[in-house]
Amino acid sequence: MELKDKILSSYVAFENEMDMNSDIHEIRTKAFENFEKLGFPTKKLEAWKYTSLNPILKNDFCILPNKEVSVDLAEVRKYFISDIDSYKVIFIDGKYSSFLSETTHDTIDVCLMSAALTKPKYKVVIENYFNKIAKQDNLTSLNTAFAKEGAYIYIPKNVEVQKPIQIINLTTGAEIATMMQPRNLIVVEENAHVQIIERHQSLNSNAVLSNVVTEVFVGRNATVDYYKIQNDNLNASLVDNTYIEQKTNSEVSVHTFSFGGNITRNNLNFYQRGEHINSILKGITIIEEKQHVDHHTLVHHIEPNCESHQDYKGIYDERSTGVFNGKVIVEKEAQKTNAYQQNNNVLVSDKATVNAKPQLEIFADDVKCSHGCTIGQLDDDALFYMQQRGIPKKEGKALLMYAFANTVLDSVKIPEVKKRITKLIAQKLKVNIGFDL
Amino acid sequence: MKYTEDDLKEELKTKQYEYGFYTDIESETFAKGLNEDVVRAISKKKNEPEWMTNWRLEAYRGWTKMKEPEWANVKYQKPNFQEIAYYSAPKKKPKLNSIDEVDPEMLATFEKLGISLAEQKRLANVAVDIVMDSVSVATTFKKTLAEKGIIFMPISEAIQEYPELVKKYMGSVVPTTDNFYAALNSAVFSDGSFCYIPKGVKCPMELSTYFRINEGGTGQFERTLVIADKGSYVSYLEGCTAPQRDENQLHAAVVELIALDDAEIKYSTVQNWFPGDANGKGGVFNFVTKRGLCETNAKISWTQVETGSAITWKYPSCILKGNNSVGEFYSIAVTNHFQQADTGTKMIHLGKNTKSTIISKGISAGKSQNSYRGLVQINSRAENARNFSQCDSLLMGNECGAHTFPYIEVKNNTAQIEHEATTSKIGEDQLFYCNQRGIDTEKAIALIVNGFSKEVLNKLPMEFAVEAQKLLEISLEGSVG
Repeated sequence: MELKDKILSSYVAFENEMDMNSDIHEIRTKAFENFEKLGFPTKKLEAWKYTSLNPILKNDFCILPNKEVSVDLAEVRKYFISDIDSYKVIFIDGKYSSFLSETTHDTIDVCLMSAALTKPKYKVVIENYFNKIAKQDNLTSLNTAFAKEGAYIYIPKNVEVQKPIQIINLTTGAEIATMMQPRNLIVVEENAHVQIIERHQSLNSNAVLSNVVTEVFVGRNATVDYYKIQNDNLNASLVDNTYIEQKTNSEVSVHTFSFGGNITRNNLNFYQRGEHINSILKGITIIEEKQHVDHHTLVHHIEPNCESHQDYKGIYDERSTGVFNGKVIVEKEAQKTNAYQQNNNVLVSDKATVNAKPQLEIFADDVKCSHGCTIGQLDDDALFYMQQRGIPKKEGKALLMYAFANTVLDSVKIPEVKKRITKLIAQKLKVNIGFDL
Repeated sequence: MKYTEDDLKEELKTKQYEYGFYTDIESETFAKGLNEDVVRAISKKKNEPEWMTNWRLEAYRGWTKMKEPEWANVKYQKPNFQEIAYYSAPKKKPKLNSIDEVDPEMLATFEKLGISLAEQKRLANVAVDIVMDSVSVATTFKKTLAEKGIIFMPISEAIQEYPELVKKYMGSVVPTTDNFYAALNSAVFSDGSFCYIPKGVKCPMELSTYFRINEGGTGQFERTLVIADKGSYVSYLEGCTAPQRDENQLHAAVVELIALDDAEIKYSTVQNWFPGDANGKGGVFNFVTKRGLCETNAKISWTQVETGSAITWKYPSCILKGNNSVGEFYSIAVTNHFQQADTGTKMIHLGKNTKSTIISKGISAGKSQNSYRGLVQINSRAENARNFSQCDSLLMGNECGAHTFPYIEVKNNTAQIEHEATTSKIGEDQLFYCNQRGIDTEKAIALIVNGFSKEVLNKLPMEFAVEAQKLLEISLEGSVG
């Protein structure tokens, strides 16, 4: 049976379990109809020109995983940032693990989407925010149709959250192939400040396709730091759809570290609804074998005096392919916009491929927008210089690549995350050095 | 009374397309519509050999199966292809040896355009192959060229006189099935220019054609084929203006360049077709397919200044097939009022050590939309390929738009690609600086725009550079206040 048909028939079973009278039901039904109409994206769509999902859609995915599997903390601890105190919302095969998690309702809410969608206490927030900025495209609609579980984070006015929040989705591989639809909602009110770390990890080599949707609403003067760590195994694919709406004077930065996975597609969308907003999008991609990473960003400048900064670095080895498709739209009201976009790539092997499409659509005249895109190699002279001074070639190369990616790493604000990423980079570049020379 | 900017604005709003006039030359026009019989009739009219007729028919059959492309960032009322007359030729078809024999009315037309043939012949050392409504009526300097063995003639004559060359190369770079408009052109093209430069010959003068669209309701389908044999060099100019007309006019040309080993072709275009009036009424639809093929060590350089047309859909491209071949693209696209331009280039790197440079300057004013769309593709065997792209946009006013759609596809790790794009407006401080030094705002803007476009203007041959500079000023007048 085709995957799409399987999904369509699973939906009936899924709906039976859900409350048919809730307001969400209508949203779900509409999204389902939308997916039914659109189906999975194909390469014929301009947005999916360079990424084909076909190879992974052949898997016989289990749509509604139902097995209860417990995992050992010792086994999965390494996937957490554990050397700092943090809130944790952890899911195993899409089910909340109260044993591993650490949630709170003390002034802030760090809890579950399933609770938020059903309990009356959260009704107002859900009504105001749920599915309000998510696009009505095929995969987001698919997620909305099956939206049930995920992280729900609500930070009220003037609260500075003292410790970071980790959202971790673990897949045990209890089924031969699993499809996940995590749905997160993050609301950060005026003047609040929060740091979030997100990770998806599968625990064995069975195929996984995670289709994640995260909506983030950021109030006036609020600050959000979001870190996405993607270092999954070769059979795990991820489609990450993140939608961020910002109000006046807010600042949001999203760092995406893509070090692994089969096909990774990051749809990162920023909507600036207010003035003096700053949006920061940064990423490091280091991949090998036949991995594929596609960064698809959108920054929509709607009002005047805002800024956006994009900086994506990619290092591609073996037969890997990288895609960068960055789009900046500046509406005609959005005068005095400063939008910068930078995408630099290094091809390490002669089989690796990079496709880049940095795109600007500008309707205002008093703006400063630029994009730069380079594809090249490491500087042989610099490498030679290091070898002269006794640094072996491999380590020298790694140092150069680390330096190349460092502009992104520099702006990571949690030292422990920085340490972890540095370690991962060393691991990816197969060297055993600390880089903090 | 003081002459204010508002006065200027008013004056410019009412300023009409200067080159809008209509020459009354008797012409023979086919009935509107397109089918196999029309294609056959065109072919027969031109007295073409059978292989040519079949080639056209094949293209026509391919075309009927194709759909109009919709991916471009332009919006327009699609032309009804059955409402167009596909052939129109001045009835008096003189074969002239000297300028005196040309229809005086036509000469007057060119006089108005400021390209006095007589003057050019005397001063500019330019051989002009004038195309008026699809059929060439005058060819100059033919004798000088003939001495060098250079063939420069209307393509319809080349089909008769050099069928082998035409057969070998026509459609080799832009196949009949390439795209909707190329297929249409292949089926119905009425005339165009053919140019062959023999081995090792450096063409002593700039070759040039002027295209004009004249007869009401006729589309113009030009076909240009330039072949530079081993080690030769040619610089080719193409420039255009069109009379004003309310009904949208369709122009779907095909240009094929072939640069064999060590050859170099420089192809420059100044395009100033009727862009529609200030309300976006009328104007030419310009859907052009231009492509060049470079063999080993060859070089093709495209330079274009696009100021006209209501819709521009044009991507002069280079296929860098041979090792060490070089492709260049220099472009200025200016849009004003309701004009829409979607233009750029494709650089396909196939050979080793191939190089390409793209410099694109877009200037949008009024309510226009200006897009750069380009592709740089490095194939896996193209070792040490090098590309540098720069696309800058200048916006005037907040009702226009500038867009860039660069596609970069790299499959080889020795490639070095740089791409940068900027969008900006004319800085207040820049204007202030000029004003301080006694340069008025209008002049200052012309100065800044000129500076912005300099990199591309410099690439144009002398005769064109002056004309192009003038054009830039005319098309941007009144767009800033």
